[in-house]
Amino acid sequence: MKLKKTINIVNNQAINLVDIPVCNYRDFAELNLDLINGKPNCHCVSYFGYPIEEKIQLICCIADDELHQIMVSSSIVDKGAVLNSFTVRNPNFEKYEREIHENFRIGYTDHPWLKPLRYAFNRADKNEKVENYPFYGVESEELHEVGVGPIHAGIIEPGHFRFICNGEQIMHLEIQLGYQHRGIEPLFLQKQKLLERTTLAENIAGDTVVGHTTAFVNLWENLCGYTPDDSLHFSRILALELERIAIHTGDLAGVCADIGYQLGNSVFGRLRTPIVNFFQEWGGNRLGKGLIRAGKINYPFTNELAKRLIEVLNAYEKDFFEMTHKLFNLPSALSRMEKTGVVSYEEVLEIGTVGMAARMSGLNRDIRLSHPHNLYNSLTHKPVIKRHGDVYSRVQIRREEIRQSISYIRGLLQSVPEFHPPENFTEQPQKGKFIISLVEGWRGEICHCAITNAEANLILYKIKDPSHHNWMALAQSVRNNDISDFPICNKSFNLSYCGHDL
Amino acid sequence: MRSRFIDKGIAMFDNLKILWHQGKQFIPDVTKAQVPGIFRGRPIISEAKIDEFLLADLCPTKAISTNAVSIDLGKCTFCGECAVQFPEKITFTKDYKLSTNHRDRLIIKENEDEAIGLDAELIRSEIRRLFGRSLKLRQVSAGGDNSCEWELNATNNVQFDISRFGIDFVASPRHADGIVITGPITANMAGALERCYLAVPDPKIIILAGTDAISGGIFADSPALNREFLSNHLIDLYVPGNPVHPLTFINGVLDLLKKRRS
Repeated sequence: MKLKKTINIVNNQAINLVDIPVCNYRDFAELNLDLINGKPNCHCVSYFGYPIEEKIQLICCIADDELHQIMVSSSIVDKGAVLNSFTVRNPNFEKYEREIHENFRIGYTDHPWLKPLRYAFNRADKNEKVENYPFYGVESEELHEVGVGPIHAGIIEPGHFRFICNGEQIMHLEIQLGYQHRGIEPLFLQKQKLLERTTLAENIAGDTVVGHTTAFVNLWENLCGYTPDDSLHFSRILALELERIAIHTGDLAGVCADIGYQLGNSVFGRLRTPIVNFFQEWGGNRLGKGLIRAGKINYPFTNELAKRLIEVLNAYEKDFFEMTHKLFNLPSALSRMEKTGVVSYEEVLEIGTVGMAARMSGLNRDIRLSHPHNLYNSLTHKPVIKRHGDVYSRVQIRREEIRQSISYIRGLLQSVPEFHPPENFTEQPQKGKFIISLVEGWRGEICHCAITNAEANLILYKIKDPSHHNWMALAQSVRNNDISDFPICNKSFNLSYCGHDL
Repeated sequence: MRSRFIDKGIAMFDNLKILWHQGKQFIPDVTKAQVPGIFRGRPIISEAKIDEFLLADLCPTKAISTNAVSIDLGKCTFCGECAVQFPEKITFTKDYKLSTNHRDRLIIKENEDEAIGLDAELIRSEIRRLFGRSLKLRQVSAGGDNSCEWELNATNNVQFDISRFGIDFVASPRHADGIVITGPITANMAGALERCYLAVPDPKIIILAGTDAISGGIFADSPALNREFLSNHLIDLYVPGNPVHPLTFINGVLDLLKKRRS
């Protein structure tokens, strides 16, 4: 008889922790590598370890986008064990294994890039310091290195970029992160109140407030066995699509700034304002903080707000498409964007990118379609896919996703559900459960996982921002480009530092 | 050759049309502008009798104290939950002028409805003399979640346009007159922050932007922080908010430079 090695679940389904099959590490490795090698429709959404007594349980979650299922398997290994890495056979696992190594001192015999990931405060080896990151170097008379950061020229988050250049041309870029590490995951366990945890979720990444908070509340409600009504689902996907419009617009302003196109920078920059101001009209905060709550919403969406939003979108749309039309027909702008920062389909598949950083190169990864949450299965979502993997593809995706989001919002506003006055959410999490929550934020797939123990206390909270995978795609994209094109490549990805560092 | 001239002419008209369609975007008077919607600015605490323990227990960052209720805006995340649960006790006004140079002024007490403002006595005399006409700032994000960074970028868009007052964010600390810190200051950024501050020529100012920077916010008790920098240096301006509103920041800095027209 063949034993079942995975348990197949859907997005936001809480299962008993004991139902996750445990197999020996060798079978565990074969199983998960078989699941994703050569299958573009499968990728790893989370792979992590957590301590049980004196050992470490490794849990791997592989999402199948065609079957709309997540295959969960596990293995128990000793602390300080030395294992064969997955990464050497599939680079998707590169960061996950570095994290496991950093947190639990698990060694890998054949990991090609076993460097510190984020210098977490609770890392196993405290002698590793953020100042002493082991950068890749090249001994050469002809090549030179350029170091940038952690503090950058603009008002952005910190991270260190180390370029190896041949003249103006970038041969290699290594990105060192960890400066933003605030210890969020342990804080989720330490803080017991729901509002504290919701506030933490809102502060994971301030540009994805709605995305991360939605992932948290979806997870929390299902962990408590609570079914929210349609008005809550409605407010969440409305806010998600508004967030997408706001940030995409700001990113277009950023790209215009980086190619020295002042008109586009000013116009897109100011077009972001009416959208974020609408968030303020709805929930009192321009970035949507305070809006998404488990089991309730403090600021019900009304028909007056719907009318107001239509006005905002009508005014926005006219000016936005006038400006994109101009930008996309401007030869000097196109020449900077086309064939700049290319990442091929094969490369994104190997890296395992998600969201825009996958769709730019023809890889169809969009949680709204593959593992729909909230009301997305009623929208018949069709992801925007581009093929060239260059800056232009990433910019085009933003324009088309904004068009798409506006049409979804218009559809949603045709029937605003009835909202209930806010009532305190008092449900408690179930005992001994494992749950995974996937949300398609504007940047891509957000994954939150949680485990409760026999007393219904949280014993694990695991967060994965889409940037986790996508930073490697940025490093790949700048190879063989001029170093002067780095800013526009970086902006066209717009990845999160704090979402990665946690 | 002629057709190229015609093309250029058409392109120019396109640009003019786009400019025309934007209308006037800038806020004429940033000290008097009204913010739209239900902005959560300076709170007012009434004398209504409620269960103070429940109220204080509600706050995710322990910003509320009891026995004469008060709210510390340096700790408050402006989530608004207290006003939702105790509407008779706490209301948030749309007053966005929350900045001050005196930490105690951020503590709002019962029955108080006064502008927060700066303590003129505490403003160092050289600040106005040296930076009154031109202030260049270097921003350092030290664990900031990119929301305050976003809003600080917005201070320089065509609507808020902070550079009209001679205030700019610059690329190098060597060109700066002070630093603006966002985020709760992570241990991993503490060294870089200190070095950046040292690289700014004297005399220089420090501005803390956002709840995370002022008190650590929701991260206040995280072991991943190192907030020593703050105990070693004098803070010239506290700008509360989660994130800070561009108008809160602009008005605070104008007050510090005494640039506000009364």
